[in-house]
Amino acid sequence: MSRKPRLIQMVIASMLGLAISGCGSDYTVFHPAGPVAQSELNLIVLSTVVVGIIILLIWALWAYVLIRFRDKPGRKAPYWPTWRHHRVLEVLVFIFPVVALLIIAVPTIRTTYALAHIPASRRPPLVIDVTSLDYKWLFEYPRQHVATVNYFYMPVGRPVLFELTAHSPFGAFWVPNLGGMEYTMPNRVLPLWLEATRPGVFDGRNANFSGKDFWRMSFKAHAVPDAQFQSWAQGLRQHAPQMTDADWRKLQQFTVVPTSSYSRYPAYTFPERATEFTVHGLYYTPTHKP
Amino acid sequence: MTMNPWILHLMKRLFPPQVLLPDIIGIDIGLTIAAIAAIVFLTKTKRWGWLWREWITTVDHKKIGIMYLLAALVMLFRGGVDALMIRTQLIAPHQHFMSAQQYDEVFTTHGTVMIFFMAMPMVFALFNAAVPLMIGARDVAFPRLNAISFWLFAFGAILLNISFSIGGSPDAGWMSYPPYSELMFDPGVGENYFLLSLQVAGIGTIATGINFLVTVLRLRAPGMTLTRMPIFAWSALITSSLILFAFPPLTVALGLTMLDRIFGASFFTLGHQGMPMMYANLFWIFGHPEVYILIMPPFGIFSEVVPTFSKKPLFGYEAMVASLLAISILSYGTWVHHFFEMGAGPGVNSFFGLSTMLIAIPTGVKMFNWIFTMWGGRIRITVPMLWQLAFVPTFVVGGATGVMLATVPADYQYHNSYFMIAHFHNVILGGTVFGLLSGLYYWWPKMFGWKLNHRQGVWACLLFVVGFWLTFMPQYFLGFQGMTRRMSSYPPGLGWTALNFWSTIGAYVMGVGFLIMVYNIIWSRIHPDWDTTGDPWDARTLEWSLPSPAPEYNFARIPQVHSRDEWWEMKQEGRTDEVKISEKTVHAIHMPRNTPMPVLLALAFFVGSIGMVFEWFWLAILGGLGVVAALAYGSFANYSEKEISRDTILQTEAQLGRLES
Repeated sequence: MSRKPRLIQMVIASMLGLAISGCGSDYTVFHPAGPVAQSELNLIVLSTVVVGIIILLIWALWAYVLIRFRDKPGRKAPYWPTWRHHRVLEVLVFIFPVVALLIIAVPTIRTTYALAHIPASRRPPLVIDVTSLDYKWLFEYPRQHVATVNYFYMPVGRPVLFELTAHSPFGAFWVPNLGGMEYTMPNRVLPLWLEATRPGVFDGRNANFSGKDFWRMSFKAHAVPDAQFQSWAQGLRQHAPQMTDADWRKLQQFTVVPTSSYSRYPAYTFPERATEFTVHGLYYTPTHKP
Repeated sequence: MTMNPWILHLMKRLFPPQVLLPDIIGIDIGLTIAAIAAIVFLTKTKRWGWLWREWITTVDHKKIGIMYLLAALVMLFRGGVDALMIRTQLIAPHQHFMSAQQYDEVFTTHGTVMIFFMAMPMVFALFNAAVPLMIGARDVAFPRLNAISFWLFAFGAILLNISFSIGGSPDAGWMSYPPYSELMFDPGVGENYFLLSLQVAGIGTIATGINFLVTVLRLRAPGMTLTRMPIFAWSALITSSLILFAFPPLTVALGLTMLDRIFGASFFTLGHQGMPMMYANLFWIFGHPEVYILIMPPFGIFSEVVPTFSKKPLFGYEAMVASLLAISILSYGTWVHHFFEMGAGPGVNSFFGLSTMLIAIPTGVKMFNWIFTMWGGRIRITVPMLWQLAFVPTFVVGGATGVMLATVPADYQYHNSYFMIAHFHNVILGGTVFGLLSGLYYWWPKMFGWKLNHRQGVWACLLFVVGFWLTFMPQYFLGFQGMTRRMSSYPPGLGWTALNFWSTIGAYVMGVGFLIMVYNIIWSRIHPDWDTTGDPWDARTLEWSLPSPAPEYNFARIPQVHSRDEWWEMKQEGRTDEVKISEKTVHAIHMPRNTPMPVLLALAFFVGSIGMVFEWFWLAILGGLGVVAALAYGSFANYSEKEISRDTILQTEAQLGRLES
């Protein structure tokens, strides 16, 4: 067999692969596993459709003008060497983007406010305190008194309030299947709520450059039925080791580590908060560690 | 044999392990050989005096424009090589083309070089080349300051560019967010290089802003009211005012970070109640207007190129000016959209999402107006026009994805992902670079006196544009797959491999397009197609009423302007002889005299900066004293002007065939 067809086959195969993978599960943003990611996807679809119409319109106009008015001998298209104003047209090209933007802007603002707090209709949230460290993620469960590194479990059908901070440069906590990201910042605690409505294991990663091994700062989010979550936490409390001061110091070193679990953890590993987060409030005021 | 410990310490500081990689040593050797060859060539052909008199000490805006342009092209090459290194590393999962450390240095350098040392100087190159000529001026308002700006930029660029072989490159990204850029996370001198080089070049940029603001406001020819001014001059005016207000926050952010790193202050540090968030605010209060500083001039260029090659006046001139002004004002109110995810709350995020969307309105108006300018015209497809024709369908995608990013909750999913990377390359390449290259091909004959070959230019443009689409369209989809920016590698099995592969192929196609452009320039230099008319494109504005290249004093007699597109009207009404002069109308002209002060001032800044980078404070003080000395020398120097006599002018104009018979 000659070499040429093989190359062509390769090209066609990979092009086809691209086309098919458009609906594949690799497109994590397109496969929401919860209400937050779903409402974000709705906005992505809406805005794509609206701007898609604008793009197609301008492409069509561009192609038409280029073909019709290209300077060629014998060209019959009209030539208006002094045409520089058209009141109606100028108002129209102003109104057109305004209308398009209104279609996007109204749901944008609604969703922005909606996502800022956990809807009152949902169950009270599970709280997970998240700390990004140099090249690892620490997840602490203040009610369950357990902690994990580079993975966490969450119950399906119950909102989770992530309280995010960093013990390192800025990071960004992102689980695309569950919803968009939020930064982790030292000396600050930022809230982010997410919920899984179907069980699954979802990829999460650090979305903000924080050093040479930041790209290896990925973790797994396990969404499991409530009962399974309770027994998992129970199991950790009984069998996992306690996090010691030495463990905490070790976590602060610049290392990439595998997953691990702890049955207890020292309280000082997460910034103190003078007031609890208002779960149903519009927005929380995080307090600084003195 | 024992080595002096002091020398040993110095060598370790100048050449840490990160600069002793084989490829870097190879480049060092190549650059040294090239430098020696250049010195030998200049000495053998006895050109040192020529170089000093004609270029290094010049204050002529046309020559400064050429120097900016060549520097920008060299920097485009450097930034482009960095881009190809990035894409080579990412062509497949788990590549070890570079270490993670080197990858971080390369993407930092790529961003910094492309924004500050490629796009900015190319903007200034075209401002210098075209603005004084199109408004009927003999030079910019402050010619010596113009030379100072250039040399500060040049030495700033040198400072950043030597970092990879002496001391180590910066590696904290072009935004250099603290606390990562803090000493405890980012030791070494790399980040100091970043801070000092941008600071030095930034002073030059602010001076350029002042210079062109005054030039456009004060030096227009009689009769050229603001509303008769070409849009490119408008874009220079508005860009300059943006620079004036946008760069000071950057100066502050860089200065405070320098105090943190070198003197142990804690403005932005992780500990001691530092506020790293404040840096993000300051940086983007600069950074967002900065992207409009980069896109306004291309908007101006297209507003010249489209009418010229459609043989029609610009459609909706007033709307075009109004939208430039609207964009410039709105651009100051959008910076938080760079960090919707830093916990500002729904009220703030909604405000900045909306303000960002608003920018799409004037930009949309401009897109439509260019198309309506072509409507009813006679479109000639030249290379400058081809870049514009590539710009319209490309930039509209970039603008559209910008609106998508302004959709706040959707941005929670796009932020820092490859979707965002694709978006800003879509507007910076598809807008700024396509525009600047259009301007380069458009004004090239005016700058050099010869045209660039058409066929080669078409090939360069087509390959570059095809390469662009192939590189960046897959990156939008990588974003939807959860790939984030600045990853120095990625594991297999995430579905990222095929898209990254095609993106890399596209980058190489773009690289080939760039090489053809370089070939195009060199070939056309060897086989020059001289522009004897001064108006090779049958254009509309005043710069084309002059010979190519324009004489030192530009206009022997300052023209009287009666309308927009004055040169076109002259041609239509058969008044082109008006630009010719007679013995009666010629007067002696005062022009600024060459001065070595700008290059010495910039050199002093360079020396002082090296002192700060390596924390050799005696050298920093020495550089500071040098700056004071150069300023004092500049203040007390007499004879800053020379007179070009009537006879010289008559002789020059006669040679150009511009004397009334």
